[in-house]
Amino acid sequence: MNAANYLYVSALLFTIGAIGVVVRRNAIVVFMCVELMLNASNLAFVTFARINGNLDGQVVAFFTMVVAACEVVVGLAIIVTIYRSRRSASVDDASLLKR
Amino acid sequence: MINLAINVGQTQTPEAVLFWILGPLAVIAALGMLLVKKAVHSAILLAWVMITLAIFYIAQDAVFLGIVQVVVYTGAVMMLFLFILMLVGVDSSDSLTETIRGLRPIAITAALGFGGMMVSLLGRATLGRTSVGLADVNAEGNVQALAALLFSKYVWAFEVVSALLITAALGAMVLAHNHRIISRPTQRDLSTARFRSGSLASAAGLPNPGVYALHNAVDVPGLLPDGTAATSSVSETLKARGDVIESKPFQLEAREEEE
Repeated sequence: MNAANYLYVSALLFTIGAIGVVVRRNAIVVFMCVELMLNASNLAFVTFARINGNLDGQVVAFFTMVVAACEVVVGLAIIVTIYRSRRSASVDDASLLKR
Repeated sequence: MINLAINVGQTQTPEAVLFWILGPLAVIAALGMLLVKKAVHSAILLAWVMITLAIFYIAQDAVFLGIVQVVVYTGAVMMLFLFILMLVGVDSSDSLTETIRGLRPIAITAALGFGGMMVSLLGRATLGRTSVGLADVNAEGNVQALAALLFSKYVWAFEVVSALLITAALGAMVLAHNHRIISRPTQRDLSTARFRSGSLASAAGLPNPGVYALHNAVDVPGLLPDGTAATSSVSETLKARGDVIESKPFQLEAREEEE
C-alpha cells in the first residue's frame, strides 16, 4: 500500500462534502459538510507532511483546526440568530434579498 | 541528490489492514451523512468520520494532531453541533425534496467531475521521489518537533490565530446576545391577555396531561369530564415531534366494554 492512498480518501471525502454543501437544505447539515471538507484537506496535509518528511504540513493542519473551530463558533451563532427570528434552519428560507 | 528510496514509501502491513478497513468505512459514513434525513444522524456519522481521521493521523506519525482531532473535533465541535441541534429543536429533519429545479443532477455531475479529476490527477502525479517518512523528524518526539516549528518559523501565524480565536469568541457572544425590543410581559399582562383572548376556556390555565386517564404521563392528553381527550393539555413540542399517545385505550368506558 502506498501512502498516497490517504490522498484518494481525502479527495473522496472532500468531494462528498462539496456535494453535501450544495444539495442539503438544513443549514446545520451544510455546516457539517463544510467541516467534512476541512477535515479532508487536513488529511491531505498530514499525508503530504509524511511524504515530504517535514512537519510543516502538520503545523498547517493544526492551524486549519483552529480556524475551523472559530468558523463553527461564529457560524452556529449566526444559525441560532437566524433561527430565533425566522423559526427555521433551512437555507432556502433566508431569501429576503431575492425579492 | 541523496537517494532516500528506502522502504518508507510502502506502508507496513498493519497500516495497510487498518487503512483498508477504516478508509472504506469513512467514505461510507460520509456518504451516509449525505443521505440520511435527520440532522442528528448526520452528526453522529460525521463524528465517526472524524474519529477515523484521528486514527489515520496517529497511523501517519501525527500523534499530536490525532489527539487534537479527537479533543477538538469529536469533543468540542461535534458537541457544539449537537447542542445547537437540540436548541434549534425538533423540526431539524431535512426535507430532501429539491427546491431549485435541476440542482441535484447538476451538483452530482459537477462533483463527479471534480472527484474524477482529483483522483486521476493523484493517479498520474509523480512526486519525484519516494515517500520520506517522519522517523527522522519525530526522533525527539512529535510534540517537541511540532513545538519547535510552531514557536520559531510559524510564531507570527500562531499569534494571528490567537487573535482570530479571541475575535471569534467575541463575535459569538455578540451574536448570541439578544436585547429585547419590547419589555418582558409581566404576570399581570399575561393574566389580562388570557381573559381578553375571546374564549374563557384557558382563563384558569391549560389542563394537565394524563389527568383522568389510566396512563399518567405527559404524552397522554388528559380527559375532559365528558370523556373526550383534551388536546390542549399536551405540550406543543411533543405534538410537533409526533410523540403523543392516544388517550382512547386508557379511558374507563373502553375498559368496561372489555370486561
